[in-house]
Amino acid sequence: MTKSLIALTAAMTLATGAIAEEVHVYNWSDYIDEELLTKFEEETGIDLVYDVFDSNELLETKMLAGGSGYDVVVPTGTFLQRQIMAGSFQPLDKSKLPNLENMWDVIQKRTDTYDPNGDYSINYMWGTTGIGANVGKVKEILGDDAPLNSLALIFDPAIAEKLSSCGIHLLDAPTEVIPAALTYAGWEGGPDDHSPEALAKAEEVVAAVRPYIQKFHSSEYINALANGDICVALGWSGDVLQARDRAAEADNGVEITYEVPSEGALMWFDQMAIPVDAPNPEAAHTFLNFIMDAQNMAAASNYVYYANGNKASQDHLIEDVIGDTAIYPDAATLDNLYTVTPFDVKDQRNLTRSWTKIKSGT
Amino acid sequence: MRRLILIAIPYLWLLALFLIPFLIVVKISLSDTALARPPYFPQLDLATGWQGFVDFLRELDFENFTFLTTDDLYWKAYLSSLKIALISTALTLLVGFPIAYAMARAPEEWRPTLMMLVILPFWTSFLIRVYSWMGILSQGGLLNSFLLWLGLISEPLTILNTDTAVYIGIVYTYLPFMILPVYAALEKLDGSLLEAAEDLGCSRTSAFWLITVPLSKQGVIAGCFLVFIPAMGEFVIPSLLGGSQTLMIGKVLYEEFFSNRDWPVASAVAVVLLLILIIPIVLFQRNEQKQRESEG
Repeated sequence: MTKSLIALTAAMTLATGAIAEEVHVYNWSDYIDEELLTKFEEETGIDLVYDVFDSNELLETKMLAGGSGYDVVVPTGTFLQRQIMAGSFQPLDKSKLPNLENMWDVIQKRTDTYDPNGDYSINYMWGTTGIGANVGKVKEILGDDAPLNSLALIFDPAIAEKLSSCGIHLLDAPTEVIPAALTYAGWEGGPDDHSPEALAKAEEVVAAVRPYIQKFHSSEYINALANGDICVALGWSGDVLQARDRAAEADNGVEITYEVPSEGALMWFDQMAIPVDAPNPEAAHTFLNFIMDAQNMAAASNYVYYANGNKASQDHLIEDVIGDTAIYPDAATLDNLYTVTPFDVKDQRNLTRSWTKIKSGT
Repeated sequence: MRRLILIAIPYLWLLALFLIPFLIVVKISLSDTALARPPYFPQLDLATGWQGFVDFLRELDFENFTFLTTDDLYWKAYLSSLKIALISTALTLLVGFPIAYAMARAPEEWRPTLMMLVILPFWTSFLIRVYSWMGILSQGGLLNSFLLWLGLISEPLTILNTDTAVYIGIVYTYLPFMILPVYAALEKLDGSLLEAAEDLGCSRTSAFWLITVPLSKQGVIAGCFLVFIPAMGEFVIPSLLGGSQTLMIGKVLYEEFFSNRDWPVASAVAVVLLLILIIPIVLFQRNEQKQRESEG
């Protein structure tokens, strides 16, 4: 009896090998349509364990420490590049990713900076860092010709002083704010200059408006904008658009816009990659291929209002997404976007130090 | 033999959960940062045997500790943490002592209930309790609405994102750690001593200062250590309730570890923090012991 039971169990396990199979995915919070997760499990029979994080630094620490237990993670381009150099990821087996043909060469060309040929990663979403503004309040203070699409709204001390009473928030991320400050100052080395001189310049620009900045924070501005608590925020495109939609839903008379600064804006890319010690790389490839399906990728973008690097998905995007130049910028705006590169250890230390100085005055 | 085992248990505990982790941190603080997994060099490879170990030791140096002296950020952060920890310990004592005193003086059948009330907040997650303070202290929060309603203020006060909010958070969070040891000391206090003092013509106030306070000293010291030590390295409270100008060593440590990815410097900061805490405490204990011996 016992013997036959064992045989039966063994046979069942063999027949439905998928029962024990799991894939662990670690993605940004609020960054997918959760119906896709159920769909993946139904289509593949693989159990999907979906976990979220909210900062690149946290993910990077897990990747550098190793043994994270995740099969798929989603770092931003600059972080990805450094983690590839540290040996955190395994090369993709492209023969298992037939949906790679759906990807968009325009985006691929830009992500090649971080991951040449996409050997280690595929693009998930991308976006810009720009200006979110409460149109009504800003116009009330600055008049109808307020420069809603200019970094002057944040970095011009005369303007910032006027806006300070109703509130300005900046991202608590030096790699986002410093390039913006350099862009505003028209720094000759460009926004991606890591030299101490460039940092000193950026420090000077931010210090001039520091008294008028209410807070440095990377997510609070969504609610603060939507509730009308603040006027202006330097933030991520999709997040500001979320604030816009929340305000519209609440019908509280707050109108939020997202503008790509006319001086130029940072373009960033979130990439999916497989850690070198992933427990189930086979299933990880299955997941990546599933995400690169045109319909699935479109469903994700339609839900989170971020652009993706999947050309084929564009046929399935709703007009609110593909037709919105704040999400899919037109050709002229696209030319005005810049990308940045990772900081090495010494420059990173200078950057963090400058950032502490800017924020705390020490 | 049994006695040996009994003595060995706490030492094994200290060895496994304090000394070994601490030595690992010291080891990392003596290495150099590298772009690798894990992000420091050199790695100790046991397979290389004794020679490998000697080579490994040669690679270590105190560079990260000298680095800490080159930038005033670090000592400013240590000093600022020290200040915040000292002030909050004093405030916690000021609030905690009367509560413990009242508890010890309460009728015996009330005491278990009162004790329960002190412990009750622990049933909710620490993080949720700190978050709810954000709701209480914010501009449109409970406290400001209440004060406005009373007519005490005409403009909402800015409390959240300031040092005041950090003090409130620390005092609130660590209050039970002060109350419990002080209560334990006060409860054991022999009431007949106070009666004797009064019989001999001592006023109630001076009896309190001459008898109650000295006899609860051990409880007060234990409570102060329990509040001061974790407050010194506190990270969660200043980052949630404090502003960007609140400088604390816990935040500096976080930035070294997460933003700079510099594990060696982060470890050096942690080792120095431990020394700052341990040396005065050891000196204090030794002094106490000497005093007790000279008295005895």
